[in-house]
Amino acid sequence: MTANLKHALFCAFITLIISYPILGFDLKGRGTSVALEGVDISTSIGVLLAVVIVFVFQLYRDTIMGSVRQLPAINPLANREPMEQSKRLKLESILLTLMVIGAVIWPFIASRGAVDLATLVLIYIMLALGLNVVVGLAGLLDLGYVAFYAVGAYSFALLSQYFGISFWFALPIGAGLAALFGLVLGFPVLRLRGDYLAIVTLGFGEIIRILLNNMTSLTGGPNGIGGIPDPTLFGMEFSRLIKEEGNTSFHETFGIAYSGEHKVIFLYLIALVLAVITAVAIRRLMRMPVGRAWEALREDEIAAKSLGLSRTAVKLSAFTIGAFFAGFAGTVFASKQGFISPESFVFLESAIILAIVVLGGMGSQMGVILAAIAVTILPELAREFSEYRMLIFGAAMVLMMVWRPQGLMPMRRIHIELKRQE
Amino acid sequence: MLEVQNLSMRFGGLLAVDQVSLDVQEHEIVAIIGPNGAGKTTVFNCMSGFYKPTGGKILFEGNEIQGKPDYKISRLGLVRTFQHVRLFNRMTVVENLLVAQHRHLNTNLISGILKTPNYREREQKSLDRAAYWLDRVGLTEMANRDAGNLAYGQQRRLEIARCMVTEPKLLMLDEPAAGLNPAETKDLNQLIISLKEDYNVSVVLIEHDMSLVMDISDRINVINQGRPLASGTPDEIRRNDDVIKAYLGEA
Ligand SMILES: Nc1ncnc2c1ncn2[C@@H]1O[C@H](COP(=O)(O)OP(=O)(O)O)[C@@H](O)[C@H]1O
Ligand SMILES: [Mg+2]
Repeated sequence: MTANLKHALFCAFITLIISYPILGFDLKGRGTSVALEGVDISTSIGVLLAVVIVFVFQLYRDTIMGSVRQLPAINPLANREPMEQSKRLKLESILLTLMVIGAVIWPFIASRGAVDLATLVLIYIMLALGLNVVVGLAGLLDLGYVAFYAVGAYSFALLSQYFGISFWFALPIGAGLAALFGLVLGFPVLRLRGDYLAIVTLGFGEIIRILLNNMTSLTGGPNGIGGIPDPTLFGMEFSRLIKEEGNTSFHETFGIAYSGEHKVIFLYLIALVLAVITAVAIRRLMRMPVGRAWEALREDEIAAKSLGLSRTAVKLSAFTIGAFFAGFAGTVFASKQGFISPESFVFLESAIILAIVVLGGMGSQMGVILAAIAVTILPELAREFSEYRMLIFGAAMVLMMVWRPQGLMPMRRIHIELKRQE
Repeated sequence: MLEVQNLSMRFGGLLAVDQVSLDVQEHEIVAIIGPNGAGKTTVFNCMSGFYKPTGGKILFEGNEIQGKPDYKISRLGLVRTFQHVRLFNRMTVVENLLVAQHRHLNTNLISGILKTPNYREREQKSLDRAAYWLDRVGLTEMANRDAGNLAYGQQRRLEIARCMVTEPKLLMLDEPAAGLNPAETKDLNQLIISLKEDYNVSVVLIEHDMSLVMDISDRINVINQGRPLASGTPDEIRRNDDVIKAYLGEA
């Protein structure tokens, strides 16, 4: 108890000396000089309250944390019997089909802003599913994932600017180029693991961003690239006036009134299709020899090599495939925004995508999808708190680590039925 | 089929293996024995490509393999287990066996994503092989458990099964009986003999359990402090004075 008391006093003290100078004083400009002023009494009370809370929490930390850990017991689903394999699969596929059908119908009844946000969610789902391959399955901590997203987006932007290439051609090219970058980055980091890998990939992400910022003649630098075309549907454009020779416009072809919503919905549907393709393709890969090789390398590199797995091939395939889907997402993002700049590809993006994977549950596709939805939508719902967005984010991460370290929906191993031996 | 000639391995100032030679013929079980720290595992590590030996040659089926990367050596059919079990703990037992068969399943990505008939057929074959070996080592009931949750003896057996699904020519076992109870050791004994008799695999074996070694080995090599001390049939080794003094006498 005395140890606890000491610790609690220490924490309270730290809270006081950190928060009081920051919150308790105000800098006021008076002409040319700056003066320090104490702020009103309510802030001081607030700081004091925080100190007391920290003190009490630390004093009874063990009891509190213990009860937090018991929370899952309140969850009605926590202690149920695991469902039978065949039943679960059936339920899962029905649920997924319903979800996809719902997702197709939904934009026609939702508001334009909501559909736009949903497109962003889908982009994050693609990104998180791709990063899940690298981090969740192959166990390679990649902090520069946003670089491949940027490569995809800039590929499309530059190709359309300089060569007038349309979305549909740029999509495979952007993804392919991103994959190529993944391959190229993969080589130097083959021997690295854990922290070292994280630092090198972090550096790589920053290098790409800084390059984009400084190659002003090519990329426009911090000004970015605008006028990125929208996707077309079999040569039909979604704008009021046709921009490109030879195209027709969507509303005229179908004889309906022009509406800006058509374009938003169309983009959403493209993102939806691509996200579904991403999910299905990666799901297949996970159950194929490559997927198992990724996990084997994560579990035990030495054993994997002793069984004839080439570390080079396995790691590069994970990097390349992860980057490929980031390129996909990047192309869609560029098309959705119509304008991109290096600002969209800062480290924070990498961190958010990684947070989605960790929150969702490493390796678990369902978990990652749910986490992507939560992480993108919640800040929008709580706009008043937008200043505290990062604070809430951090608190949520800490709580998750205590309560469910394996993530929202931890990965489940597939059950493999074997034929009986005679 | 395997010949190790004057193998040496130096770690800084320590000469862990000094001029060790041994050979393995087809259809043979060869044991390496010696006190702890004698350099037995280091010999294995050189043979399986984990270390690049500082001296000597290793010939497998007539080709020099010393210094080749580990995964290439294992693809030649020279597969090993580890002194401390190394399984893919968070993967299921079947998956452990499937990972090992990636070579038989070396299809391109597209045919896998599209599930072509050819791909399915090969996948089914490797599943059957996995099922066969699970049955062989008595782990069929555990097929879908995480490998990390198996009992120690089961993990040992799974590790051997994982080697066998790769259809090796030569199997290297590093202290396979360590930590097993007498009944399990007896099963292991039978399993190793059957690997040789029924599957035509040669075995190199590091082991401290003398009764097991004497029972199943065709020939024995004794290493002491990195240097070869004696080699011969179990009977010869049992009667060798040097060996009795250095090793058996102490035990
Ligand atoms: N990677 C290494 N670096 C330095 N010394 C090593 C290394 N591997 C083994 N050794 C040393 O080589 C000697 C032989 O070890 P080892 O082959 O594991 O013995 P055994 O398997 O016969 O018990 C020991 O003294 C050990 O400390
Ligand atoms: Mg050893």
